[in-house]
Amino acid sequence: MQQIFNFIFKNSILLLFLLLLGISLTLSIQSHSYHRSRAVTSANAVTGYVYEQINSVEEYLSLKGQNEALASENAQLKKLLFNTQDTANRPPVDIPDAMGNYKVIQSKVIKNSYNVHENYLTINSGRNQGVKEDMGVVSSLGVVGFIEKTSPGYSTVISVLNLKFRLDAKIKKNNHFGTLTWNGKNTGFAQLTDVPRLATVKKGDTVVTGAESRIFPENIPIGTIEKVYVDKKTNYYTLDVRLFNDMTSLGHVYIIENKDRDEIIKLEEETNVTNEQ
Amino acid sequence: MNSSVILNIFRFILLLALQVVVFNRIDLFGFINPYPYILYILLYPVNGNRAGLLISSFFLGLTMDMFLNSGGSHAVACVTLAYLRSTFFKFSFGVSYEYQTVKINDRLSPERFSFILISVVTHHLILYLLEVFRFSLILDVLLRTLLTTIFTLILCIIIIYLIKPGKQ
Repeated sequence: MQQIFNFIFKNSILLLFLLLLGISLTLSIQSHSYHRSRAVTSANAVTGYVYEQINSVEEYLSLKGQNEALASENAQLKKLLFNTQDTANRPPVDIPDAMGNYKVIQSKVIKNSYNVHENYLTINSGRNQGVKEDMGVVSSLGVVGFIEKTSPGYSTVISVLNLKFRLDAKIKKNNHFGTLTWNGKNTGFAQLTDVPRLATVKKGDTVVTGAESRIFPENIPIGTIEKVYVDKKTNYYTLDVRLFNDMTSLGHVYIIENKDRDEIIKLEEETNVTNEQ
Repeated sequence: MNSSVILNIFRFILLLALQVVVFNRIDLFGFINPYPYILYILLYPVNGNRAGLLISSFFLGLTMDMFLNSGGSHAVACVTLAYLRSTFFKFSFGVSYEYQTVKINDRLSPERFSFILISVVTHHLILYLLEVFRFSLILDVLLRTLLTTIFTLILCIIIIYLIKPGKQ
């Protein structure tokens, strides 16, 4: 017994070091395993408050640009409004209502990151505003990411520029599906992988979110095809997609809640269970 | 003794604040951010409480992880640097460093330079290895470590010169 105590006293610094190293290594390695696995995030009151203060100063420098972006988005929406089809010609079922049930929450990016391989954004709305995990985040130009963690007042967002980001996307013209990922190299481009070889793809075609995504509504713009090449391992096309969003300067964003998401997931789980039996 | 504790707490907060507000948003060439906040670990008194250094370094790193959303890589790098600090002292200043009054916070000599260099390289290498965490990107890790080390080193030396007590 005496010897054990002596050992502990003699090596107390080493033991303390190993304890702290163990804790931090666990946190660090865990954070890479799958999404929503991180314990330490900037979605908390302290970091959120600090970033909000910094952002409120910084905002003045970009006010003009933000206003112009909002005005051009308004113009876009006005165009949609003025060009609505005659209601008499409409199909009897209102398609958007029948297809999904989406709610939109307005928010603002207070901390942007684009210089590492796993980038996260912090936004200034959280559980109190109705934000939940796995909601989609878009800007007026296109997809930004989806919610990872929430706190009462803030949330963190997995950005498109994150090696853990996965999204079902399709080529708008011919509806061929692929998976949108990022290869960690250029902040202006994401990659659409696993596009079948029989698809006709051309430089300049638009890529939008696919119907299989349970997070985003269909047909939200992502970017345009910049380069096409064949993946040697899988023999599928990989496309470089030039993102519509400038991920290095984000301001106001919208959080999209798919109210049917839980129902769809539950249904799919039940189907899988019955199939396995 | 008491004033040195207060000085260290002040340094902890000031370096953390500077790091979050200024240095994390430099983004030189799009990806290089210096991390001069590790000066807290380097400037901690040579004969100070080692357990105190380890615990405060852990929380320093953890706070950085919170601000930067980096999981826990800053905490690992800081704790390791805090533990290895005495080894680096021995390496740079000789075995009997504890008996000489070693001061980092002074004019730049080859010993001080080598100490800061080894510390910065160790910290950054561990940090980027854990932050990237993919063997396929190992070249990227090395490139980032090299470039950021240069940047951090220059900034650390400038800061040391700025806060150096005026009269020698």
